[in-house]
Amino acid sequence: MHLTDGPAGARVLSFGGYQPARVVTNDDLAASVETTDEWIRSRTGIVSRRIAGPDETVADMAVAAGGKALAGSGLSPADIDLVIVATCTPETQIPNTAAPVARRLGITAPGAYDLNAACAGFCYALANASDAVRTGTARNVLVIGAEKLSQWVDWRDRSTCIIFADGAGAAVVGPVTEQDPVPGIGPVAWGSDGDMADKIFVQDRNSFIFQEGQAVFRWATTALHPVALQACERAGVDPSELAAFIPHQANLRIIEAIARRLGAPQAKVADDIVTAGNTSSASIPLALSRMTERGEIPSGAPALLIGFGAGICYAAQVIKVP
Amino acid sequence: MAMTEQEILTGLGEIIDEVAGVPADQITPEKTFVDDLDIDSLSMVEIAVAAQDKFGVEIPDDQLKDLKTVQDVVDYVRRSAVSA
Repeated sequence: MHLTDGPAGARVLSFGGYQPARVVTNDDLAASVETTDEWIRSRTGIVSRRIAGPDETVADMAVAAGGKALAGSGLSPADIDLVIVATCTPETQIPNTAAPVARRLGITAPGAYDLNAACAGFCYALANASDAVRTGTARNVLVIGAEKLSQWVDWRDRSTCIIFADGAGAAVVGPVTEQDPVPGIGPVAWGSDGDMADKIFVQDRNSFIFQEGQAVFRWATTALHPVALQACERAGVDPSELAAFIPHQANLRIIEAIARRLGAPQAKVADDIVTAGNTSSASIPLALSRMTERGEIPSGAPALLIGFGAGICYAAQVIKVP
Repeated sequence: MAMTEQEILTGLGEIIDEVAGVPADQITPEKTFVDDLDIDSLSMVEIAVAAQDKFGVEIPDDQLKDLKTVQDVVDYVRRSAVSA
């Protein structure tokens, strides 16, 4: 049997993000459930979030973000061999989201699959994409995180409706170049803890998201910084060298708690949650696309990503920002 | 050796100062977390985690909700440290 040969490493070529047009503020929510702008801001850091229109689908948002990332990469659809859509809120289980999204982007006959690791989905998908490029099973990969959490939220439940939101983010992953052969995606540090499967779940297709907030907060603020440090160690990057830290945008209090324990004084810490809410698998690429668009992270600088959520699943890796 | 009540109170004061930014001299036994010190449920989790590191006493979420005052936490830590 023959094996394929791949390049020395993979890198991120570009990011793209998409948010639905409709802005929902904390005051909007306070009009329908018993809460206040101050309460939401102090507990979550969220000021506003975007909510998709009734007919706007996960696939629509995935196409929008994926199209932007593809355009930014300078590649043509024919260069993409694999499309991975990380989502836990697809409209349909059959067919998957990735194949129709690829077709709508003009990508002909790529490998296409959905990946569900909830809010860790993008980091899982990025790891799979990097491995596919390195082993030569794909030349370039389009990775998308897309979610319409609003359709799984009970809008009368003030503990969840203030947090979750909609959006999509994407990245194009390709091989390193001869001019710059240093790998741009470090080894993933990932794992799961099925003992905590009952902390975030949707009971059945007629139910809404349930989250045991305090338990998740305790877990996230104590269990994740060792994973983040492990990703740095595997990549050979000291936390003090990080130019940016982009954790899943779950809750600003969690983000700040992990950042405090990480010991990365130079790192710009993503706070996209303030205007995006928690968009699960979309939150990391959405934040990255905004931060790189604004020039907040220098090109070539190391950034640490860490996704975590239902399962519980988690994954972290260091990347070089395109 | 068992910690004295004053040692626990002092240690707890340091934790609350660090987590919630409440000056240690304002942290007296009768103060309630929510009404007097303006500490919310997420900060209480952070205090519980830090207390575990400092005192070696685990305070689970279901116990945490019953600890209303600084003295309640001091008593909880003393009780658990004795029975441990």
